[in-house]
Amino acid sequence: MGSRSSHAAVIPDADSIRRETGFSQASLLRLHHRFRALDRNKKGYLSRMDLQQIGALAVNPLGDRIIESFFPDGSQQVDFPGFVRVLAHFRPVEDEDTETQDPKKPEPLNSRRNKLHYAFQLYDLDRDGKISRHEMLQVLRLMVGVQVTEEQLENIADRTVQEADEDGDGAVSFVEFTKSLEKMDVEQKMSIRILK
Amino acid sequence: VVTFKWAHVQDPYVIALWILVASVAKIAFLLAHSPVLQPASPAWPACSSSLGGRHGASGLMGDLKIGLLDFLLFGSLIAAVDPVAVLAVFEEVHVNEVLFIIVFGESLLNDAVTVVLYNVFESFVALGGDNVTGVDCVKGIVSFFVVSLGGTLVGVVFAFLLSLVTRFTKHVRIIEPGFVFVISYLSYLTSEMLSLSAILAITFCGICCQKYVKANISEQSATTVRYTMKMLASGAETIIFMFLGISAVNPFIWTWNTAFVLLTLVFISVYRAIGVVLQTWLLNRYRMVQLEPIDQVVLSYGGLRGAVAFALVVLLDGEKVKEKNLFVSTTIIVVFFTVIFQGLTIKPLVQWLKVKRSEHREPRLNEKLHGRAFDHILSAIEDISGQIGHNYLRDKWSHFDRKFLSRVLMRRSAQKSRDRILNVFHELNLKDAISYVAEGERRGSLAFIRSPSTDNMVNVDFTPRSSTVEASVSYLLRENVSAVCLDMQSLEQRRRSIRDAEDMVTHHTLQQYLYKPRQEEGGSYKHLYSRHELTPTEDEKQDREIFHRTMRKRLESFKSTKLGLNQNKKAAKMYKRERAQKRRNSSIPNGKLPMENSVQNFTIKEKDLELSDTEEHPNYDEEMSGGIEFLASVTKDTASDSPAGIDNPVFSPDEALDRSLLARLPPWLSPGETVVPSQRARTQIPHSPSTFRRLTPFRLSSKSVDSFLQADGPEERPPAALPESTHM
Repeated sequence: MGSRSSHAAVIPDADSIRRETGFSQASLLRLHHRFRALDRNKKGYLSRMDLQQIGALAVNPLGDRIIESFFPDGSQQVDFPGFVRVLAHFRPVEDEDTETQDPKKPEPLNSRRNKLHYAFQLYDLDRDGKISRHEMLQVLRLMVGVQVTEEQLENIADRTVQEADEDGDGAVSFVEFTKSLEKMDVEQKMSIRILK
Repeated sequence: VVTFKWAHVQDPYVIALWILVASVAKIAFLLAHSPVLQPASPAWPACSSSLGGRHGASGLMGDLKIGLLDFLLFGSLIAAVDPVAVLAVFEEVHVNEVLFIIVFGESLLNDAVTVVLYNVFESFVALGGDNVTGVDCVKGIVSFFVVSLGGTLVGVVFAFLLSLVTRFTKHVRIIEPGFVFVISYLSYLTSEMLSLSAILAITFCGICCQKYVKANISEQSATTVRYTMKMLASGAETIIFMFLGISAVNPFIWTWNTAFVLLTLVFISVYRAIGVVLQTWLLNRYRMVQLEPIDQVVLSYGGLRGAVAFALVVLLDGEKVKEKNLFVSTTIIVVFFTVIFQGLTIKPLVQWLKVKRSEHREPRLNEKLHGRAFDHILSAIEDISGQIGHNYLRDKWSHFDRKFLSRVLMRRSAQKSRDRILNVFHELNLKDAISYVAEGERRGSLAFIRSPSTDNMVNVDFTPRSSTVEASVSYLLRENVSAVCLDMQSLEQRRRSIRDAEDMVTHHTLQQYLYKPRQEEGGSYKHLYSRHELTPTEDEKQDREIFHRTMRKRLESFKSTKLGLNQNKKAAKMYKRERAQKRRNSSIPNGKLPMENSVQNFTIKEKDLELSDTEEHPNYDEEMSGGIEFLASVTKDTASDSPAGIDNPVFSPDEALDRSLLARLPPWLSPGETVVPSQRARTQIPHSPSTFRRLTPFRLSSKSVDSFLQADGPEERPPAALPESTHM
């Protein structure tokens, strides 16, 4: 216990982080441990390379994109609050969150909308608020095995965009994206139990 | 001249034939895809559950010469659960990793617990029921702990011995498997000799030595050991189930007592369920990852009895235990019942339970794609956030291990590589990876990785002849372990109304070719611990593909940035010097220089660097070290003795070295943005990305490589920066 409480003191702004992300103290501590473990040179922040060291990410088709998502706006480092902020999207949704929600407070990071928004941003690389056919194609390319030919991929990309696109602009906006996934249990699919 | 000497070979011949027949039967069953009918082995401390059941049973069975002790004995042996069938089911239906680990751990430890209890009770029975005193009971309990812990200790000691020995076997690779087998067996025998738990000994020997032995012995030895063990395990299972079957038809030992049998069946299920629920409740209070009801259902329902129960019951002493035949027959019935009934129904049960939780509806293309994307995202975030979490003890242990144990037990080269190399490099064929990427670079197009023709497209027969469609579709689906049976259902529904053939093709292509998420459900362990698979072929292929792609993307984007940087002449010169040095180091791939040398060459380079502008020096060498290690690791054949040096195409072209070297470095930097503030600037200006950008007009890097270091640049050593600045 002794070591634990000393660690708690080390997390700067622990309270504001907790409020923003909704993590419990225990989870936050755990994430802080993890952050420090990833931060090999004890720099106090993480660089892309630190994240790339995680072997399993190299064999994840979306690994690089997810690493990118930790570095918004072209920054090269992510500090602990930033790290936790991304992970907060994956907190399981609990009923208490929605009930006691103050309409004036901003939506919690792990709401369905924010979860979807996180995924949307992974697709929408140029940040124009839409997933173009080209971007969809790129994602497909990442996620599909090498046996699929280019024409097939384009086909699939076309159909995917068509299916979701309602206003006919050839791209999927965030609203359309959300709508196409309305029946999917996103809260469950994008939650990690341990991040309570 | 040639005679037929049957009698001479009769015994081994018959046995071999039996084994052959049984194995062929196993092949037949596997082809028929019934995972259940694979014999299995032990599990959890569900002894409590069965033991409880025993007491209730005595009254109802009429005149049987069974006392409490006999019941306890029977209870302890019938509790031996054999979850391999359940594990086999897990391979097809995803359950979470926690569950997999629990069930698997159960299988490891249950052996020991059951056998120990069995022995304790048997010794009581040998004393005779009336002679057992309170002291004996206490002694029994104490002996339980002594035996278990003692066995564990013996196992650990032998594990230490084994690891130590394998550390020095670099030049006698061929006897490595021999060591593994002999020393493990010795641990078993030693604890038998000391009347401790032999099973626990050998289990813990395996558990503890695995890490070090795996690092020390060569790939081939590891494969040999794995193959042999699986073969032996498979053979042993086959034999014991054969005995089971034979005993079942032996009229002499058949004794039937309806009440006993029925009650046994009922009680073992009920009490197991109770035991599971209670223990889950207890554990959940301390666990971050909770065990959900579905897990508990799987755990209790997955309590199949198997080989161990049977073996133990047959070993009963018929003199001491009067009703041995009854026990044997009951055990046989129980085993058959649980294996057949529970084993066959557990998979549908789990699927049904999972489906109940998820939506029961045909997924659309978008949903499939994005759903799969979410799975990938989820597993990536899990990896980033560190699934198991760090706790004090584990950190302490790994610290201790790193500092002391590994020094002693692991080969030095293995220690170095362990620290710096991504594990995934080990799993994949490194030569393939490098040559693959290099090939791609040479051909220069992404099209290289696509197969040129449509021949590879799956030809699913869409004609209305449902049988063929079903056969091919389900065959294909079985080939690709599908994430959720939901897809199977959706595909079948679609099949029935083939409105849009093209749509189906699209879905199907997607279905088949979408990468599967890292199967966190024990995926990484699956192939290691399954009895019937040896290597993960599909997963490996997928991993390889994704890995190639990731690495080449990192290389590509790096290359594009690098080209813009050779502006500064001095930088270029510096760079060339380093490249030359690296080329010297490129003797590494030929496997001649061991890892240690690479580090030494590296320190030489450090000194060189000090000659020139070296404010970046420590950072540089770190990045470089990462890179060099990458290189060295990538040509890791040094650590394992493979004879041929790798003729690595990557190393021949000029830039290639730097390319792969700096693949680790942030490749997304574009020349315009990168800046390295001067030493003074660094210390005097607060560190933040925006301030660095503002500094762009003031100073450009003097070394081309500096820009790459930008990412992990100056902030990397804020504490160190200060003392160094004073030196300047």
